[in-house]
Amino acid sequence: MLKIEGLKVNYGGIEAVKGISLEVPENEIVTLIGANGAGKSTTLRTVSGLIKPTEGKVIFNGEEITGRSPYEIVSKGITMVPEGRKVFPDLTVLENLKIGAYLRKDNIKPDLEWVYDLFPKLKERSWQAAGTMSGGEQQMLAVGRALMSKPKLMMMDEPSLGLAPLIVKDIFDIIKEIVRQGVTILLIEQNANMALQTANLAYVLEVGNITMTGTGRELLDNEDVRRAYLG
Amino acid sequence: MSAYDVFQLFFPYILSGISIGGQYALIAIGYSMVYSILRLINFAHGDVFMVGGLFMVFAAASFPLWVAIPVVIVLVVLLGFLIERVAYKPLRTAPRMSVMISAIGVSYLLQNLALYFTGGLNRMYPAIPWISDTISIFGVTTRRVTVITPFLVVALVFILVWLINNTKIGIAMRAAAKDFDTSQLMGIKINSVISTTFIIGSFLAAIGSILFFTSFPGVFPAAGAMPGLKAFVAAVFGGIGSIPGAVIGGLLIGVFETLIRGGDIILGPAGLGILSGSMDIAAFSDAFTFVLLVVILVFRPSGLFGEKPTDKV
Repeated sequence: MLKIEGLKVNYGGIEAVKGISLEVPENEIVTLIGANGAGKSTTLRTVSGLIKPTEGKVIFNGEEITGRSPYEIVSKGITMVPEGRKVFPDLTVLENLKIGAYLRKDNIKPDLEWVYDLFPKLKERSWQAAGTMSGGEQQMLAVGRALMSKPKLMMMDEPSLGLAPLIVKDIFDIIKEIVRQGVTILLIEQNANMALQTANLAYVLEVGNITMTGTGRELLDNEDVRRAYLG
Repeated sequence: MSAYDVFQLFFPYILSGISIGGQYALIAIGYSMVYSILRLINFAHGDVFMVGGLFMVFAAASFPLWVAIPVVIVLVVLLGFLIERVAYKPLRTAPRMSVMISAIGVSYLLQNLALYFTGGLNRMYPAIPWISDTISIFGVTTRRVTVITPFLVVALVFILVWLINNTKIGIAMRAAAKDFDTSQLMGIKINSVISTTFIIGSFLAAIGSILFFTSFPGVFPAAGAMPGLKAFVAAVFGGIGSIPGAVIGGLLIGVFETLIRGGDIILGPAGLGILSGSMDIAAFSDAFTFVLLVVILVFRPSGLFGEKPTDKV
């Protein structure tokens, strides 16, 4: 579904991504693990159009989308849940969800119901300012907001960051549920354990290069991965 | 002195203060909206307001007024839009200070162009029938525009606040004011949102210029500087970024300034009788506004209704 070929990205004066290639098959969970500064976020931000690559291609469903502007990429069906949730704090929960559907011109009611089914808390709090909610609730809102664009591919940047283990488990359960409903997931995580347990396919990113590939299970059993990322 | 006498003494100043304050408010909203999205103090805004006055001088010479007024509004909006596209948009990723210097540059450019086209002369502003008619209200003689301004300002602000709270572009503006990157991830076109902000700000400045110059002797190249600065103070006073704040700030500054301008009469023998002779209090009316700016910045930098500076987490 998503194919990245030889992607190089300069960010903040350094080459943060040094020619990586990877593939995200339809309706699977793919994870990109790696330490801080390995280039994970830069990769996602490049796919979403926030940063322009210096070299390489991003291909989505057979169409090259390299360097397109973010709104074109959203309209193709790629959405991103940014690192640190980034809900709009002054907007209400409902407004946050509506803004997720910003580019859509069709009826968003069914999707609003869908998101409220996935996250009943959001329905209870639809009139509350998003900034007043807890970290876990904000993460759920960020996921709900991304789903409102009716994505084919949802990229998630560190969804477990700063959340209690119990809530992390909830989030990952929801991710599996979303995939069952036909959305493809590209997930980046420092919490490698949880990510590898969930993912069908995993890539290890080290200082801008992909150094290992395999199923989640394989990497989970790999000695090097265990030593470097699972402690 | 009876209560009626006191009313008679203060009313003309308060009336004209609210009116001039409303005009400041219309300019202040432009400062405030642009600031909340770009964190830019658009120093050219006061000069856009002045150019609006000049456009009217020239347009009224060639067209009947019912054509000239809409033409002027459209031209001012276009000017605001173009300034953003030409002078600010190319600097989107530059440090904030560069954009501010560019704004100062545009301000001088507009003043110098105005100097070129007017020859530096004071150009008579056309009398707009009905709104520049003289009327009498509670025994005070004034132009109709003085009475209309506050109502028009309130109506425009209501419409604006409604738009911002309820329309798609309004929600996009509020989102973009918080976080460019995340807004873009929602599919919001940041550049259109910014252009819309400049269009709204310039539209209000155009209306403000019609109201302001109608009760003013004429337009000259620096005519936008003082009202622009005062509107800027109004925006800071109310809390830059807040539309109701800009309005309340504008109204308060307008009223205080006018009261000070009438200070000698109000306090003098013909008024409350506190002063026996003239102290030339009126000379301090502009100083008051800028002292207020200093006091606000020292004691309450976020203004009356400003957002507390929070980190973008």
